[in-house]
Amino acid sequence: MSAIDTTFETLRSQGKKAFMPFVTAGDPNLEFTGKVLRKLVEHGASLCELGIPYSDPIADGPVIQASYTRVLDQKQKLANILDAANTWTAQLSAPVVSMVSYSIIHRQGLENYVMRAKADGIAGAIVPDLLVEESAAFSEICQREDFSLIQLVTPTTSRDRALQICETSTGFLYFVSVTGITGERTELPPEVVDQVGWLKERTDLPICIGFGISKPEHVKMLSPVADGLIVGSAIVRKIAEVEEKGEDTVLTEIGTLVDELISAMNA
Amino acid sequence: MSDPISAVPNSSGRFGEFGGRYVPETLTHALDELAEEYNQAKNDPEFQSQLSDLFNTFVGRPSPLYFAERLTEQCGGAEIWLKREDTNHTGAHKINNTLGQALLTLRMGKKRVIAETGAGQHGVATATACARFGLECIVYMGSEDVRRQSPNVFSMKLLGAEVRPVESGSRTLRDAINEAMRDWMSSVETTHYIIGSVVGPHPFPLIVRDFQSVIGQEARQQSLDSFGSLPDRVVACVGGGSNAAGMFYPFVDDAEVELLGVEAGGRSEHPGDHASPLTFGEHGILHGSYSYVMQDEDGQTCDVHSISAGLDYPGVGPEHSYWKDTGRVQYTHCQDGEAMAAFDTLTRTEGILPALETSHAIAKAMESARELGPGKRIVVCLSGRGDKDSNEIARLKQEGY
Repeated sequence: MSAIDTTFETLRSQGKKAFMPFVTAGDPNLEFTGKVLRKLVEHGASLCELGIPYSDPIADGPVIQASYTRVLDQKQKLANILDAANTWTAQLSAPVVSMVSYSIIHRQGLENYVMRAKADGIAGAIVPDLLVEESAAFSEICQREDFSLIQLVTPTTSRDRALQICETSTGFLYFVSVTGITGERTELPPEVVDQVGWLKERTDLPICIGFGISKPEHVKMLSPVADGLIVGSAIVRKIAEVEEKGEDTVLTEIGTLVDELISAMNA
Repeated sequence: MSDPISAVPNSSGRFGEFGGRYVPETLTHALDELAEEYNQAKNDPEFQSQLSDLFNTFVGRPSPLYFAERLTEQCGGAEIWLKREDTNHTGAHKINNTLGQALLTLRMGKKRVIAETGAGQHGVATATACARFGLECIVYMGSEDVRRQSPNVFSMKLLGAEVRPVESGSRTLRDAINEAMRDWMSSVETTHYIIGSVVGPHPFPLIVRDFQSVIGQEARQQSLDSFGSLPDRVVACVGGGSNAAGMFYPFVDDAEVELLGVEAGGRSEHPGDHASPLTFGEHGILHGSYSYVMQDEDGQTCDVHSISAGLDYPGVGPEHSYWKDTGRVQYTHCQDGEAMAAFDTLTRTEGILPALETSHAIAKAMESARELGPGKRIVVCLSGRGDKDSNEIARLKQEGY
């Protein structure tokens, strides 16, 4: 069992949902990312998603793209990010999962990436550009190393295919709420509730919903069917204001946002 | 007995180890649907006759195979023959692919088309096909390319397309593809993405190669008709690699024909100064497929440079990577200055203004002519005309090129 499996087991036994924030590693610097992660866990995050900046993120909207660009413009290297992750994960009571492009994993070597990330306390990977058909080799290494490989299902995924994806996903299943890229939405498509509900009856895998979630209304709509909710751009947008507002203000605002969303989730 | 080199891709879109499909799950359904539709269309005589009718009456195919007599004399070696894709409607090979994909769009019942463009030739060709079939058309173009290829931007607008400048990254072709993919992530149920080169996830590299193969099929037959044999060497420029793929593919099983792909050598061989992934790159993943790519040790895509917007791209089609690693095609690179000199030479000896992209192939064809010597024949794909580059060439000449 990876740390992610343990977390969901505990949450389920307590009848709780996972709140899962996303932050970009190194935005605007590694030290601040550590502070944000500690803040998020203090305020009740059950799991943190760490975005590894990538030069060509086609699944990401402007907010996360801009955060990746900020980090890469500083010539921040993967090795430094993983070194920092080693320190962060040692201090956090919640597991950290990497959100990382297959371009990066492939370049490191599949096995090297898993061994290195695992040694740095990272519990798994969400690989947004690795389809189930192309994932056999990576999946095998992840299984062997008990490193969760979280697969994604989207509104355009057929039901048969969704079931097939559930079979190969470990840790949890990432259900993408919208046909589109990451970023806050005013409204989320109501069909997602039924789509997730259908799948939940057919799998024991925890299902977490992400993309577009930024408001208490979204959380209230989705939390009855989900095991967890993922919030990215709404947090990254606040981090983008560090230079303007200062670290303390941004950390306080992030804490407030998380409190609001978690209380909507448990309402 | 091994399979012929042309027997790719397999059903997973693999050209040897290259190709495949590395995209978000959101796009899987549309890519499967496209592969299925293309498979049906390929075997549908009505689709084929519709496309060949458009090629003949709308594009002006077959494009001529022209003996460049004065250029040959000047080089003093092998005969240089030009496959005149510049004579196509819209001035380049790009229209071969956009008409094919526009017909597929109609078959799939989609009404909206998106495209990326570098030099603007693919943008113009897409806008043209969309105007012809009444499809809504949005073209993503890096803002640096909007500047250096402004005549094409104007044409696209006249044709009714919306041109969306892309400000992210290096503001060139790679960023335009990223932005088109992001549009497609949201619009995939109603929109077809007419990708402009043999790049991207399966089945795009296959579809674009097949539509562009009309170039090589004609050139092969025209060679037999004009000089009674196959050429000794075939030369084409390679950015993403669609004119080269279309030119080479019908020759890949003819072992006696040498194939030479020419990448953009830029200013120098230093990283960042060129756009030659087949020469200097690594095996990696970019824009949905596994191929040669310019990337750093972390797997981040590197910035590249070429004077030619259409070649200014850090990746290349997966079939070229396959041809490189199997040794079937030789790849070389041509620097900015050599391409500019070849532009001048062809313009003044033959009265033909080639595109800056094409000038890279011309430079290496001239070099090939000297190397092979008299009695041999070279066919070079004259992929596009250079009118779009006039302003940029004037600017580059002031900079001392």
